[in-house]
Formats: sequence, C-alpha cells, structure tokens
Amino acid sequence: MKKELICISCPQGCRLTAEYAADPAQAEVSGNRCPRGKTYAITELTDPRRVVTAVVPTTDSARPVLPVRTSEPFPKGKIAELLNELYKIKVTPPISLGEVIQKNALDTGIDIISAENRN
Amino acid sequence: MKNISCDVLVVGAGAAGLCAGSVTSKHGLDTIIIDREDQPGGILKQCIHNGFGLRYFKEELTGPEYACRVAKLAADAGAKIMTGTTAVEAKKNADGSFTFKVFSQKEKVCYISSKAVLFTTGCRERTRGNIITPGTRPAGVFTAGAAQKLLNISGYLPGKCAVIVGSGDIGLIMARRLKWCGIDVKAVVEIMRHPSGLTRNIVQCLDDFGIPLYLGHSVTNIYGKERVEAVDITPLADGKPDFSKTFKVDCDTLLFSVGLVPEVELAKQLEVKINPATGGAFVDDDYETTTPMVFASGNGLHVHDLVDFVSEESERAAGSICRRLSGAKNSDKVPVTVEKTLKYVVPTQATRGEKQSFYFRPLIVANKATLEARADGKIIKKRLIPFVRPAEMLEFELEIPAECKEMEFALTGGELL
Repeated sequence: MKKELICISCPQGCRLTAEYAADPAQAEVSGNRCPRGKTYAITELTDPRRVVTAVVPTTDSARPVLPVRTSEPFPKGKIAELLNELYKIKVTPPISLGEVIQKNALDTGIDIISAENRN
Repeated sequence: MKNISCDVLVVGAGAAGLCAGSVTSKHGLDTIIIDREDQPGGILKQCIHNGFGLRYFKEELTGPEYACRVAKLAADAGAKIMTGTTAVEAKKNADGSFTFKVFSQKEKVCYISSKAVLFTTGCRERTRGNIITPGTRPAGVFTAGAAQKLLNISGYLPGKCAVIVGSGDIGLIMARRLKWCGIDVKAVVEIMRHPSGLTRNIVQCLDDFGIPLYLGHSVTNIYGKERVEAVDITPLADGKPDFSKTFKVDCDTLLFSVGLVPEVELAKQLEVKINPATGGAFVDDDYETTTPMVFASGNGLHVHDLVDFVSEESERAAGSICRRLSGAKNSDKVPVTVEKTLKYVVPTQATRGEKQSFYFRPLIVANKATLEARADGKIIKKRLIPFVRPAEMLEFELEIPAECKEMEFALTGGELL
C-alpha cells in the first residue's frame, strides 16, 4: 500500500509518502523533514487525532468566553461528542493558563485545559 | 493633560510589539507599548487554534497561549504596557523626538514623547468593498476576522449556514471553527487556481470536513434584503466569469477572507514612505523606515505566514533601536530589489559584509525552483526550494559582499502566475 499525506504538524506542510505491506504501523515514511512527520503519518493511518480548540462560557460578563484546548491531540472520531460536552461547561475566574478545566475528557486520558489567564 | 516621556514608544501590543518591547526594556531603555484593546496580545487572542510557536518557543501553542507568553516576556522585562490606549496623532519634533497624542481610558487625553518609535500596528482585513462583490447589502456579511472575534472573544455565533470567500488561512481556519460550532459551511470560493492558505490548513480545515473548495471561482451576487439568503458562484474562464455556469447556494452568512493590508495611517503622519508591493513601510536591514528613528516590524510591515517570524523580526528591529539609541550611526547601504518572480523583498536596503535574513513573497507556483541572490548581476548564492507557493513566505540568509553596489533576488524554474 502507498498513501500520500500532507503533514499538519507544522506550517511547512511536508508532502509525505507512507508505504506498507499490511500494517500501517510499520509504514516506511518519506518526504518528512523532521521526525514529527513520521509520527504524524503513522498516527494518521492508524489512529487519526487532532488538537481540539474551543471557547467555553464564563460567568464574567466583560469576558464572556474562555479559550480552551485539549492537552494533546484527541481521537478524531470523538471530536463531535467532545465539543457537545465542552459547550455545556461554564467556568468562573480566576483561571490560570494551563489549568485543567475538565479532567480525562470522554475517558480518553486527555484533559481540557485553559489557554489563557483570567483574573 | 498628562505628558509622558520614554525612550521607545511601541505602537501595538501584539506579538511584534511585545517581543520588541521585551528586548528594548531588557537593554535598559524606558519602553512604553500602547494598544487600543483592553488586553495585550493583538489578533492572537482571537486565534484560538493551535499551530503557533513551534519555531520561537519550540512547542505548539494556541494563539491565546502565545499571547500570554509574549505579554509575560514584555512585562517581566519591565516594559510598560498601556492597554485601552488609542494613538490618534503622531508628530516629529524639532529636536528629532516624537510626540503622540493618545486617548486612554485611564489617563484620558495624554501626550507620549519618545526618542524612537516602533510601529507594530498589524494589519487590516480587506473587505467585500475591496473586491467589489455585487449584490444586496444585508446583515450576515463579515470579514473572516470580524466573525472570528464575534465567536472567540464575544461568544456569538455569526449565523447558521455559511459560504466563505477566499482561501486564505483565516478563511480556512474559520471554516473549521464554524463547523465545530455546529454551523454548516457550504463552500469556500477562491478566485485563483490555487489555494492561498497553507496546505496544512486545506487538509485539516476543509478535507477533514468534506467542505468543497471551488478554485477559479468567484461570488458574483449576494441575495437577501434583511439577511443574506443566498449567493451566486461563477467559474472563471480566461479570467472572466462564465455566467452560463453560475450556480446558486443558499446561506445566511458570507465571510470574506481576501487578504490583509498593513496598517500604516499613523506612520504616514511621520512621512514614512510606503512600499506599494507590501503595503507597509520601506525599511532597511535595521527595520528603520525612510524617517530616521522610526522603525516598523511584524504584520504592520509585511504580512507574515507565521507569528514566529513576526517575533524574530521584531526582536531584530528592537536590537537596531538599542544600537541606534546607544549612538551607532546608520551605515551606507546597498539597494535590494527582486525580479518579477517575486512580489517583494524585505528589507530593501542592506549593509555590506553582514549576515542577514531576507524575506520574500513568491509570485510563482513550482515544485522545484531556485532562489538566486545576484550581486551586481552575478549569482553569489542559490538554494533549491522544493515547493514554492505564493501562500508560503521564503526566507534566505545571506552576507552581502563588501564591494557590492546592488543586490537582486530571483526565482527560476517555476510557472509564472
């Protein structure tokens, strides 16, 4: 099998080629300019993930929403469900950068963290 | 009315202003950074997506995270950040210093005087008016950045069903953002035959969601009286719309992501000359404009792909300000130009015998092209570039020879647009 991919790990957008017999986890990856490219290609073929960013409502009317993110790339198939959960949250400042807003989201072991400081 | 004086006045507390201000403050210069917004961070605050900082901070951050980091750098270095402060007038004094009239929530009307000025004013978005889209004028027409601010800062949904004009990065990022907020995105319409945003954004913002990208198409009509109801999309044949193939798409929201223009209105008051190719000031390799002791960097100078480049460039501009305020003279410089395969080069004047970075915006699409540096017509350095796209800025490090009278850069081996 031969798959063409575009790496999204950084804005360079390397054009990757992944070749494998049966198991994509064993793919030979070329076209990457750094090790992240190989990791991306194999993850994309076996368990695609994306960093999810969103805003959640706050109780502060002057700054009504807070930007949040997943602590690491999140399984692509569960993103819609995650967003539905996130939009139900309401947070109250003070909140610090990196503070966990929701632990172990959807039992993935991945946390939702604040991307900003709020007093 | 209050009068404040400082060594360096930085106009704009985005990534450029904060990074520059941290350098000048650390160097011991009394630095004030002003910004009209209530919070520092500039446009990064509303760019809640990830992908920032891989180069500058060596880790992947979201826009607000990057903003927090650079605001902390500036504050820790001792820069005074005045938010809620809008500069309305700039003038040059007889003794070579500058005075800005500003409106501040805290200080009301006040005057800030400085020995040097750095403009880090960022960009404005081009609008529907700039590309002259026909049709009615209903509610629901936004620039992509305005819609982004509504969603990510104010927490309002701009509509329920959208079409996006232009495939620039902000438009692509907004396509995914709208989808993730439950808003349908019917199409992204791009007049050029190739996307104008980064390839990674086509992959993760459009392909991931199956959003169609119409290349070589244009929006030729907007319908709706009170609110947008539909738009016409028309393919282009030989650069002209082929109306026989027009199709109508229902939507209630139309976003324009059709380019950015450096904000230079205040700089013009200081007689700074503007480069028509970038829309920003002409600068030399010290990032000094044509008005002595007035500097510019970041997106207010030319549009960058990455905030990391903005930070690096602004640190260099700040370094020059430190040297010049310590008494260094501006040296004799070589003019730097580009051939028609490149839209522009920054800087346009450079010092001989010093290693420095040049930035270019290509005007060609190529899978292999050679970037050539020519000193007085002779190639002195070249580099093979695997993928050249107008969306992707090029950077080239080079030392200009001691005897050189003029430098020229060109891209060879690609398809001219």
